[in-house]
Amino acid sequence: MAPEEIRSAIVDILGDIAPDEDLSTLEDTVPFRDQLELDSMDFLDIVMELRKRYRVQVPEEEYTALNSMASTVEYLTPKMVDVVAT
Amino acid sequence: MYDTIIIGAGMSGLAAGIRLAHYDQRVCILERHYTIGGLNSFYRLNGRDYDVGLHAVTNFTEKGAKRGPLARILRQLRFKWEDFALAPQKGSRIVFPQTELKFNNEIDLLRAEIAIAFPSQVDNFETLLKKVLDYDDLDQETFEISSRQILSETISEPLLIEMLLCPLMWYGNAAENDMAWGQFSIMFQSIFNEGFARPYKGVRLILKNLVKRFRGLGGELLLRKGVKQIHVEDGHAVAVELDNGEQIIGKRILSSAGNIETLRMCSDTSEPDPRRAGQLTFIESISVLDRQPETIGNHDTIIFYNDSETFHWRRPEADLCDVRTGVICSPNNYAYSDEDGLLSDGIVRITSIADFDRWNNLSEEQYALQKLRWYDRSVESAVRFTPDFRHYVIDTDLFTPTTIRRFTWHDNGAVYGVPDKQLDGTTHVDNLFLCGTDQGYVGIIGAMMSGISMANLHCLRD
Repeated sequence: MAPEEIRSAIVDILGDIAPDEDLSTLEDTVPFRDQLELDSMDFLDIVMELRKRYRVQVPEEEYTALNSMASTVEYLTPKMVDVVAT
Repeated sequence: MYDTIIIGAGMSGLAAGIRLAHYDQRVCILERHYTIGGLNSFYRLNGRDYDVGLHAVTNFTEKGAKRGPLARILRQLRFKWEDFALAPQKGSRIVFPQTELKFNNEIDLLRAEIAIAFPSQVDNFETLLKKVLDYDDLDQETFEISSRQILSETISEPLLIEMLLCPLMWYGNAAENDMAWGQFSIMFQSIFNEGFARPYKGVRLILKNLVKRFRGLGGELLLRKGVKQIHVEDGHAVAVELDNGEQIIGKRILSSAGNIETLRMCSDTSEPDPRRAGQLTFIESISVLDRQPETIGNHDTIIFYNDSETFHWRRPEADLCDVRTGVICSPNNYAYSDEDGLLSDGIVRITSIADFDRWNNLSEEQYALQKLRWYDRSVESAVRFTPDFRHYVIDTDLFTPTTIRRFTWHDNGAVYGVPDKQLDGTTHVDNLFLCGTDQGYVGIIGAMMSGISMANLHCLRD
């Protein structure tokens, strides 16, 4: 998947986890926590959904990479290079 | 081979099951009773639907709220706010002799009521609010501090302390006399800061949606499958044996059966100390009226009453029940949507404290007789605090500690389980975990939160 496809995959996941949030105005460089009301349970869900949908493993010590959209996409790009977008 | 075997199809087990099945685990839920729900179940009698546990769903927040346990469980279970269809309460009261405090889902009403009834305690109440908000619910040591101690350090009017404890103990305190500070803080938040609500169709609506979702995700729900034993070898659970002798194997077990009830199932433990069991159980009378309660002047959603200045929260010492304190709930008095309208029957439910052993030891004939006697006594006590509805009663039922035992399988029919909670859900067996009442969260939303958090913590990380 290309970075742009990864971004849209993350938006999809966020849309499932937090259906009431307006994701069209998401600022990529601002931490998720500062613009969405996500708690630690929601972060675990992002990790779990990545595993379920794309078989991508994010070890617990690397959860901080999922801080913002920009850092998440950057972190996932090498991991998801072979994943085919659906 | 299951990934996770869940014991008990109550709110916590079903919520945990949904989480695990959503993430593609093979999950089965084993339920001993012939129906789902555990404490929060329902039944049908003489053509009418009754709820067992539900007076109110606590932790109510409006649609669109992003914080609080209700919003959290909706997100975690991928439900829409509408799936639970909660209608907020109209207003409730805490009534003691000569003093009452009204409250609703806005803390400001309680604040104003305290300013009128206890003008000297206005600032102290704010201090208490702050302490409750500062409580961090992950710390077992802080959890177990005495609430009476913190309250007496914060509030200098003993009657106000009793009046605040009354509803919080009634709706979630497993211990006698005192309450763990953690439990107090959780209950305070869920009742006074968030508040009461109820689905028009009662608890069955929530249960139906949970089961539908669980099965839709491929989860297996097996009723009338009681667990006789959990086979443990070297501190590891290897299989679950059912009452009918059938063996089921899974990588791990999540049990909502209760702390000592679960330990008793383990093949490597001796009989747990009975003194650890919870002692608080109830009778509840249900009166069906030929009219809406508000037509006879009953506008309260819930009344918590106590007929003296001291609130006695313990197992009755000398009789089958103690009716000096009680809860009166009128499910009609919620603000249902125009679409739903009014409930078809007027209903008044009254809860009193009861003694399990005395009820359990009655002969069949005596049991029937005592049910009638204590229906009368609990209603007689309650009508001192709500308009007398006895002329309008067209049907009644009463459930007892033995009924609660049948639905929850808790020792002593202890509604809120054992006094010592196991917040991290671990046991002496490395792949056996607890969820539900004895993990620490109570109420419908609390139970679901317990199932979700224990599933996340112990069952989803491999």
